Order: sequence, then C-alpha cells, then structure tokens
Amino acid sequence: MDFEDTKEEAAFRAEVRKWLDANAKNAGGGGDDALAERADKEFLKRAKAWQARKADAGYARITWPKEVGGYGGTPIQQVIFSQEEGRFDAANLGSPFAIGLGMCIPTLMAYGAKDAVARYVKPALHGEEIWCQLFSEPAGGSDVAGLRTRAEKNGDTWTINGQKIWTTGAQISDYGILLTRTDPNAPKHKGLTMFYLSMKAPGVEVRPIKQASGQSGFNEVFFTDVKIPDSQRLGEVGQGWQVALTTLMHERLAVGGGQGGGLDVPQLMGLARTLELEDGPAIKNAAVREKIADWYVRSAGLKYTTYRTMTALSRGQQPGPEASIAKIVVAPKLQDLSAFAMELEGEAGALKGADAPAHGAFQMGWMSSPGLRIAGGTDEILKNIIAERVLGLPQDVRVDKDVPFNKLPSGK
Amino acid sequence: MNFDFSDDQKMLRDQARRFLTEKCTAKTVRKVFESDAGHDATLWKQIAEMGWHGTAIPENYGGLGLGYLELCVVAEELGRALAPVPFSSTVYLFAEALLAAGSEEQKKKYLPKVASGELIGTFARAEGPGAVTPKSIRLSFKGGKLSGKKIAVADGLDADYAVVLARTGDEAGERGLGLALVDLKGPGVTRRVEDSIDPSRKHAELSFDNAPAEALGKAGEGWDLANAVLNRAAILTAFEQVGGADICLAMAKDYAMTRYAFGRPIGSFQAIKHKLAEMYVNNELARSNAYYGAWALLTNARELPVAAAAARVSATQAFDYAAKENIQTHGGIGFTWEVDCHLFYKRSRELGLVLGSQRSWKDKLVNALELSNAA
Repeated sequence: MDFEDTKEEAAFRAEVRKWLDANAKNAGGGGDDALAERADKEFLKRAKAWQARKADAGYARITWPKEVGGYGGTPIQQVIFSQEEGRFDAANLGSPFAIGLGMCIPTLMAYGAKDAVARYVKPALHGEEIWCQLFSEPAGGSDVAGLRTRAEKNGDTWTINGQKIWTTGAQISDYGILLTRTDPNAPKHKGLTMFYLSMKAPGVEVRPIKQASGQSGFNEVFFTDVKIPDSQRLGEVGQGWQVALTTLMHERLAVGGGQGGGLDVPQLMGLARTLELEDGPAIKNAAVREKIADWYVRSAGLKYTTYRTMTALSRGQQPGPEASIAKIVVAPKLQDLSAFAMELEGEAGALKGADAPAHGAFQMGWMSSPGLRIAGGTDEILKNIIAERVLGLPQDVRVDKDVPFNKLPSGK
Repeated sequence: MNFDFSDDQKMLRDQARRFLTEKCTAKTVRKVFESDAGHDATLWKQIAEMGWHGTAIPENYGGLGLGYLELCVVAEELGRALAPVPFSSTVYLFAEALLAAGSEEQKKKYLPKVASGELIGTFARAEGPGAVTPKSIRLSFKGGKLSGKKIAVADGLDADYAVVLARTGDEAGERGLGLALVDLKGPGVTRRVEDSIDPSRKHAELSFDNAPAEALGKAGEGWDLANAVLNRAAILTAFEQVGGADICLAMAKDYAMTRYAFGRPIGSFQAIKHKLAEMYVNNELARSNAYYGAWALLTNARELPVAAAAARVSATQAFDYAAKENIQTHGGIGFTWEVDCHLFYKRSRELGLVLGSQRSWKDKLVNALELSNAA
C-alpha cells in the first residue's frame, strides 16, 4: 500500500504539471461559486478560452480517442489531470462544459449519425458550443420517465410541445439533448424518444429559476411548436429510455464528489477555535468535539474511498460500487455541519455575508445544501439505487409498468 | 495510487475465509457462548498451525514476519466469523505491547510462544466504571510486586500472562505509571469470571496480592506506551469490526430478499432498502478508514494516531448500526436466542468498548487532529 504514482502515472503527471504551469496561471478562475457565475459573461469568456487551450493541447477529454480530439488516455490519467488542474483557479472554468462533454456528446457519439458527430463534437470540445440535458420535468423529477413533453411526427418533421425544468446551464447553451414522449398509449418507459436540438430554435424559451439560496443555476425551458427534423433523432422511436440510460451511465462514471463548497471539518475546527461558549473555547467543548469527530470520520472515509476507486482505475480495473456513496455522504453532512456551525455562532449565526462570522461561509453552505441533497438524484433515490443495484434488493412494486402512459393516475 | 491489498494478500483472505467457514461456524461460536469455556481450544490450535498468530511477528522472534497488512486481512476474517479465540488480546495487544516496550530478552522469551500459539496473553487497563485516566489507575507495581485489581479484562479467564497498566511511582498523573508483565498462573493472582454481554469472549476480574511481575518498558512511560499499543490494536480491531458489520449487512439482505410480508419481499419496501443502503455506506466508509489505518501501521506513519482513532470510531459506528438494524430487519425472529443476530449485536458492543468507548476515542481523535494542525 502506498499513495505513489506508478512510473507511467508519474511521467504523465510531470507532463501535465509542466503544461499547466505554463498555461493555467493566467487563465483566471471561477470565484467561489462557479454555478452562480455561469451566466456571467466575463466568466464564460474565460471559461471558453481555457477550454479551447486545453482542447488544442489534447487535454480537454483525456479518455476520448485521439480521432475525436481526446488524449486517448486512461481513466486514471483523467483523475491525475483533474488533480493537477485543481491546483489552479482555472479548474472551476470547466463547469459550463461538464454536462455537454460528460453526458450529451457521449450520447451523440453513441447514437448520432456520422455527419452529426463530425459537426458537433469538435466545437463542444473546444468550448465553442455549450450543451445542456433536457430530461427533468415538473411531472418527472426522480421519476424521469414520467415526462410529458410531446413530440408528434408529421412527415419528416417532429413538433415539440411541453416544458422542462432544472436544466443546468440552459441559459448559456447552444444545443441540448431532449427526451420526449412520442407514444402516450405505450407504457411509460416504452413511449419515449430522444432528440438533439438547437436551443436557438423558434419556440424554445429559457427562464432562469431563482433558487431558495437566491442564486440561479437552473432553468425552466418551454417548447411551443418547436420543429425538429427526424435526422436529429438519437436512437429508434420508442427507445428513448435506453438512450437516456446511456447518458445517465456517463454521469455516474464521473469520479470524485468534491462538492461541498470547501466547507468541512478543518473550517469547522477553525471556527470553533475562535468562538467562546458558556464553558470556554468552543473547541474544548465535549459536544463540539464529538460532532467534529463524527464528521471527520465521514470525510476521511470518503477521501480514502476515492483512493480505493483510483487504485482500481490505476490497475486498469472497473471501480467497485463503493464509488456511488459520495453524494449521499457529502450533501447531508454539509447541511448538518453548516447548521451546527451557525449554532456555535449563536445569535450572530442569523447573519450572512460580510456581517456573519467567517464571511458567511456556513450560512452559504446551509442555504445551498438542500439543493445538493436533491440535484443529480435525491438522497432517497440514491439509497434506492444502492439497495437495488449494489445490494441486489428487489424493485419496489410498480403500478406504472405495462399500463398505457395516458391511463396512469397523475395527481396534480 | 496503490491503496488496496495485493493479490497475495487477497489470496490469504480467501484462504482464511474458506478455513473459518469450515472450522468456525455459528455452532463453534455458540459452544463457547453457551458454556463456561473461555475460548475454543481446538480452533485456537488450528489457527496457530496456520501461522496466523505470528503473521506480523518478526522472524527472529519466531513469527512469519509477513507484516501488518496480512494481519489486517486475518483480523477481518476473524471478525466475520466471530471467532471465539483470544486472538485480539494475545496478538493485537499483548504481542504489540512486547514489541513496543519489551527488552530484547523479553521479546525472545515471550514472542515465539505467542507465534506458536502456546501462550495466551491479554492487556488490562480498567479498574472500575468510567473513563480510564491516569488518576483512575491504582494498581500498584513496586519492588517487583503487583497489588490491586483490574476489571473487565477480555480473555482474562484463559490468559497465561497479562500486561497491566500500573502505578509505579508517587508522581502525579501519567508520570507515575508504568507497564508490568505478570504471570497469571503465578502466586498472588486470583481471577473471577465476570458476567458479560458477550460470553463468546469471557471477561475476568484479576486481583493481585503481592504478585511477582516484571517491568515492561520504563517506569513513568506506561501511559504513553499503553496509548501507543491501543492505537495499533484499534486499527486491527477495526478490521474485525468491519468484517462483522459486513456479515450483518449480508444477513439482513438475505433475510429481506426471502421474507415476504403484505404479499412481497420486505426488501422491496423503501423503509428496508434505505436502512440497508445506510449500512452499506457506513461499512464502506469504515472499510476505507480501516485501510488508511492499515497503511499507517505498515509504515509506522506520523499520522497513526489520527488514522487509528478515525478507524476505531468509524468501525464502531458501522458495526453498531449494522448489528442493531440487522435485528430490526429480521423483526421478532431476530430477537430470539436461536437466530444468530444477537451474537453480532453483543460482539459489536463488546468490541466497541474493549479498547475504550467511542466517546473517548472521539476525544482522542480531535486531540490528534489538533496536534497535527499545530505541526
């Protein structure tokens, strides 16, 4: 056991470090919260420039084949690149392209026509065009296949009507992949079809959502008589669910789980050292120490779980299912730890921003954590996934299988 | 990055698992659990023949000198099997105390007997309820004689020798403490089996009345030595706990797949799914923390105190949760004597207390974190 690179990994790390040292310093950064800044034009300009520079050097997608502009590398090389890039502010600049390159373009490469691949992959890789993923709807969140956006065919053209929601980055996107219902008479997983479309097409309207935290990272997207040629269909008619599973599989392949806004035990200990409670310094208080220990073992456990995943990748193996626990640990911990820090701050804990202790870092964590527990799969859905796919427990009894979609009870 | 066991170590694990599946069934555990026996002597002998006792003991002291990663592998398997043998007391504590504090002569005298399985050893700290603190240690070790008592000594019923934390001088606090090694079959020693929650590992009260003993390490250094030994034992014990926690999850899962209620397997209910998913998350976190502890043991890293406390707390939490929710998943049948759930429930608490409570390890963890931040 050691934490060292293999010889090949060390050589790759040295190569990457040299390139980053020469190129990343002046790339700028994304500030503390890249999500909120995505709509910021200056940020987007820096992000696109940095993406282009990485793509020119072959580093934009390490694991993609060279023919499509990747590095032709291994997953562990991708991890090494991300680690090294993470030493620079520029690491945040990748966020506008994460969904497009992580999910949409791999789906396009798997199901799109050759000329579509030739047309769209390169501009996406260079950050010239941004993609978003249009799956979730007001009527289909955790239950994505419950979506209602209709696609109806007339000749070689499809007409789209409906609404998507929680679409990350839609306001800055040029293209999107869109999951629609093409057959309401079929059972719900069987009546779906996938397309890609221009976000600038007539009838597409994007409205940012103001979140409870005050930020706007997500959008509603409305479709009114939007026309899509049949050539922009991905996969067969009625096979949309299978195509979507490809997309979502790419989402889960992403290693990491570095979410949490950098708020963790060291920051809590830092705060506890500066505050006085009834019986002296907060850091000496038994209840505080117990909480610190509880959260520390979860953070450390997650960190070393990531090391286990990296070890599998380094050995050229598929990571074990333990990689799936990250978000379920990080998100509730952020919420609880932030709330506890505010407890220690006492009445001043009700303040935020510059008026609050630690520049309101814990208030920020507390306000954003409910979203983190929901986005990308709620805590509950993630637990179902672990129970069913990792442990092999049977699926819940389904009342919506083998029933035509338009006969399903729908509530409000 | 090479943060996993090697293929050879995994082979050792498979071999150990096969061996224990055959030789250490629930029946083996219950034989000790339901009798006055302190351990299963046959199993103890067989394990010794496999060489497990000497896994991490250097060759010049009669061991195999394989190393600590191999010992961690064995520990996990013993934990899965609830092996009713005094392995942890003898190997993680007694042998580690000798390696940490023993003179060359002491190591040569005792370690080969540990490695061969001839000697059962243990380690005794507590003298009464509450936290073990320098102030709580009253057992006196003066002029080569021990007087006083220790309570709740794991495997104290069958042990041949014990390392005890004792008061060696009049200095207040830690400075007045030392370690002593005592022959429990010698004069002036009486022992009484104590009623305990997990009779598959008997606990005993040891009383000393001018019992002859030898010093282990320097007088005045007992507190630090004891803590160093505990840290190392905590990591090895964490592997036993992780092994036990994984079995609880497997038992709960198997039951949830085959038990039907309201017309379907109870494992299809989210209330059960979420419980088992939570177990899985806890177990994986505990496993990863234990791996880091293994690395710290292997390299004798500066980070060992943090790694040990984190492995200890994480593994205790995982095993506690898995053991109690395994019973809950089984429902009424899980609370019967015949079904094995309670064996794990009791072992999880026993392991969680035997090296000191979770509360005290959490305090140690934060102490260690504060020191590492200051450094």
